[in-house]
Amino acid sequence: MLVSLKWLKDYIDLELTAPQLADRLTMTGLEVDEIKTIAHKFSGVVVAKILSVRKHPGAEKLSLCDVTDGSQTYPVVCGAKNIKAGDVVPLAKIGAVIPGGYTIKATVLRGEKSDGMLCSEAELEIGDDTSGIMQLPTGLTLGTPLESALNLGDTVLDVSITPNRSDCLSMIGMAREVAALTGKKIKMPVIKIKESTEDISSLSSVSIVDADLCPRYSARMIKNVKIGDSPVWMKTRLEAAGLRAINNVVDVTNFVMLEMGQPLHAFDFRFLAEGRIVVRKSKVGEEFISLDEKSRILPENTLLICDGKKPVAIGGIMGGLNSEVKEDTDTIFLESAYFSPSSIRRSSRRLAMPTDAAFRFERGIDPEGVIRALNRAAQLIAELSGGSICKNQLDEYPQKITAVANIPLRLDRICEMIGTPIAAKDVVRILKSLGMTVRQEGKGKYLVTPPTFRVDIEREIDLIEEVVRLYGYDRVPTTLPAVSVTEMAVIPRLDLEERIRQLLIGSGYSEIINYSFTSPASVGYLCLPSDDERRNFVVIKNPLTEEQAVMRTTMAYGLLETLKKNINNASSNLKIFEMGRIFLARKSGDLPEEKNILAGLLTGKVSEDLWGSKVNVDFYDLKGCLENIFYDLKLDDCRYCAEISEQFLHPGQSCGLYFNETRIGYLGQVHPEVMQKMDIKTTAYLFEINIDILEKQINRRITYREISKFPAVTRDVAFVIPFSMEAKKMLEIVLSQREDLLENVVIFDIYVGKGLNEGVKSLGVRFSYRAINRTLTDTEINSIHDKIVRNTVQLTGAKIRA
Amino acid sequence: MIADIQQLEKAALAELENARAEDSILAVRTKYLGRKGLLTGLLRNISQVPIDEKPLFGKRCNEVKEILETKIDEALQLQTQGEKEESLAREKIDVTLPGRGIRSGRIHPVIQIRREICDIFASFGFSVVEGPEVELDYYNFEALNIPKDHPARDMQDTFYIEDNIVLRTHTSPVQVRIMEKVKPPVRILCPGRVYRPDSDVSHTPMFHQIEGLLVDKGVSFADLKGILTAFLKKVFGDDTTLRFRPSFFPFTEPSAEVDIRCVICQGKGCRVCGQSGWLEILGSGMVDPAVFQNVGYDAEVYSGFAFGLGLERIAMLKYGITDIRLLFENDIRFLKQF
Repeated sequence: MLVSLKWLKDYIDLELTAPQLADRLTMTGLEVDEIKTIAHKFSGVVVAKILSVRKHPGAEKLSLCDVTDGSQTYPVVCGAKNIKAGDVVPLAKIGAVIPGGYTIKATVLRGEKSDGMLCSEAELEIGDDTSGIMQLPTGLTLGTPLESALNLGDTVLDVSITPNRSDCLSMIGMAREVAALTGKKIKMPVIKIKESTEDISSLSSVSIVDADLCPRYSARMIKNVKIGDSPVWMKTRLEAAGLRAINNVVDVTNFVMLEMGQPLHAFDFRFLAEGRIVVRKSKVGEEFISLDEKSRILPENTLLICDGKKPVAIGGIMGGLNSEVKEDTDTIFLESAYFSPSSIRRSSRRLAMPTDAAFRFERGIDPEGVIRALNRAAQLIAELSGGSICKNQLDEYPQKITAVANIPLRLDRICEMIGTPIAAKDVVRILKSLGMTVRQEGKGKYLVTPPTFRVDIEREIDLIEEVVRLYGYDRVPTTLPAVSVTEMAVIPRLDLEERIRQLLIGSGYSEIINYSFTSPASVGYLCLPSDDERRNFVVIKNPLTEEQAVMRTTMAYGLLETLKKNINNASSNLKIFEMGRIFLARKSGDLPEEKNILAGLLTGKVSEDLWGSKVNVDFYDLKGCLENIFYDLKLDDCRYCAEISEQFLHPGQSCGLYFNETRIGYLGQVHPEVMQKMDIKTTAYLFEINIDILEKQINRRITYREISKFPAVTRDVAFVIPFSMEAKKMLEIVLSQREDLLENVVIFDIYVGKGLNEGVKSLGVRFSYRAINRTLTDTEINSIHDKIVRNTVQLTGAKIRA
Repeated sequence: MIADIQQLEKAALAELENARAEDSILAVRTKYLGRKGLLTGLLRNISQVPIDEKPLFGKRCNEVKEILETKIDEALQLQTQGEKEESLAREKIDVTLPGRGIRSGRIHPVIQIRREICDIFASFGFSVVEGPEVELDYYNFEALNIPKDHPARDMQDTFYIEDNIVLRTHTSPVQVRIMEKVKPPVRILCPGRVYRPDSDVSHTPMFHQIEGLLVDKGVSFADLKGILTAFLKKVFGDDTTLRFRPSFFPFTEPSAEVDIRCVICQGKGCRVCGQSGWLEILGSGMVDPAVFQNVGYDAEVYSGFAFGLGLERIAMLKYGITDIRLLFENDIRFLKQF
């Protein structure tokens, strides 16, 4: 809401400066976003009078004028046609500067001296009128600078009005608020109606079919109007409020809306068929062309203002082109109504027509202000356009709009809620300053009736808010709540995530955050099979872009996109991870399944230093990172299953991650074809882990095991096994023999090549033996070791390499 | 004979003086002090020394022997030390080359802020809770006193999934979900991703909020001021000036916006604070009785306050980031700075 201070002063005496007022408003809940200054864009222009006009002897289209500023007479050559002797006009004298930076100089035009320039509204940027020289009121003192004669220049506050304060969507509403803050009295405009003898009810009628959507409809008629421009005072006020002037009738409806908060509409009466108004809901498929010249098929149950035959306005939203006020309009049918806020809101949303009128109706206007605004507008129209107001008004009011009254208010409740004692007299004073009626009902108990324009006040809490708002938030002390000791359930997953985050940071991974929405094409890039659950997108009905049209079902695609962006920025060594959710759609009407996922990506060199290692990362770097996490979490039974991987991973360098039979994720190299499709020219490794499932695997119990004081003895064996046989398999077979003294088995070497046949590899395995209570003898160890090796050979078909 | 000793001593010392390497020093030792050495030879010939000179001769011989032994040991010691030093010098490296191994990664700045705030409220006894990001219209709006066709819906543009399912526009629905399950007292904090269709230098369609809720008997607006003041001073420093000003949220009443004195210009007015000298940091208010009614709490018995703040905004202010979108570009050169 743009609030012109000059305009505001019509209704209240203001002693505060603009910044002071802005601060007071902001601190009582009407936040001022900006203080704007409107300045006139010329200098050296004065009020002058044309003494005589005669033809220029050398130019058909020019006239020679003698113009006086009250003390001196100037010869001025002028090209406009709308001037005559006696006109009061703006004169830009020699040395004056007009908008655009032009300086007026003494000149000779076709042999005739010209010592100044007469200006149009547009030339001075006071208005849009380019048709001729601006005509000033005759009462102005000659020689006065135009800006002070017309009282140009203003300060405008841009106030953001919260949705509850519809009463402040008008100048009088703002003045009322300022009055409550400053204790000044408000000056309401005096409304005087001069009615003709002709009664409106003999010319027209209103019938309301759907009273639930339109509880009240009133109208007046003004005959014999002359459509023309509004005076400058009206234009500058509308402009300060951000509206454009149109004509002296439409401007009045806008002016009164801004002044009183009641939207109005003026119809050209000659276009109202049968001269009557019917208010009803739209039917299926009804079409309508509104003032913005757009044709729309109206949704069913849109409230329409119709004449005897057809719709002439979308009620409370916009008038129709078919009944618009035109240059030759003679009779005005002026509407002032109350429409159901929720119905206006529904229609304005569905039609995408967020008009100024709809904005006010949907927030709720003053039901008792309907007639006042109607009369105010009729008066102004008559004044500005010379029309005569017909006798009486039409006022259909089939459904009483009930105002809230007698809200119980308890003083002790106010003090409890605010946390500090407030005196009863302060409470009463504040409420009364806001126009409320306060009736005491016993000690510390009141019945409060808010004014009808405060549609937001219905309950005790609404009154408490008003009290503390004007009492001043800064006067409320700061205290700390008394603690009641409670135990809230904690979410163990969050601690786990924090732990994992620390481990990943320690391993050199940086955290990223991608949007939770993605492109539906993501699953195509990842070659997910047609029956993959990750194709069950949660689809956004109104996405900003196609790239953000669905909720992600995997974190992989986002990581790859991040990789691509970074490579384009020449960052080719990347260790990144993200923690977030994926979303899998369930049946319509149900919320989707949200899963908490950890995902990471690795690419580039093992180490950042250029002088040392130049080795590229591989599968085992990423696996080592995950193993480190599992080690920290004391999860030592993760299985890496190459058989069950993902379509978008390299079939030879990827695996599924399992705890027992539960799949928790995958890891592996991104399939070269996927990289090619996404146009990423590098090799990258990726993992995703479901943290919800991982969390369930964690066993927080630790039991100490005794440490042996006796030495360990190791034996190394090189087994030659088929190349395809997994190391894990060998170790399982060894360990399956459950020998107590075998403390540890590790793989210390893998060899393929010279001295070995094709298709086999040598696996160096180190066995450690130790007893808890004695030093083992060679004979003892040998017998156990030989047995294990023998069994292993037998079970795997391995050969021992000499 | 005595003269012989003196001569021998002189010669030996001279030779030792010239001996540099370890073996030439050892050679001097062998030559004079060895089993067949010259000094040893002299001593062996003591029988030929006249009887009265014998004591002096013996004494002198032993003196010289001791001197030579000491000198030779010293020479040897000097020599090894030199060699050790030489060998250490050969092992010199360039200590200015960068060290080897893994550099730590960085935590995303928004997550760092989230952790800081959660830690502060944990110290006030708030527990972290969670809720769905794809949410029912009921929890996101209606239960929070924002009915359909109400202008308050304009305050938050919304991504729709179905007519009754939205991407949550704030973390406030979690309040309702928790209060439906738990009886007061309640003291919770809910961080999470939220969504609104908006994209420019100060808006991204996804961002993070933290919602806090405290409900108990006798909680007042002064308590709201107290907790939030303590919190903001912990985040922005003890000398932070703040102000509470009236505002409107459908689910709180009275409602308050909390501003801090602009951290950039210290209140003089700058681009960041829009010349006002103040920065909006969070929204808050006393829980509206309508919300309590929706979750079955008795508003005559219990009262409470709720607050919500955007993490990106705090991160931007703390780190001087001017374009919010940078936080989700995931450019590693950006992330490495935090």
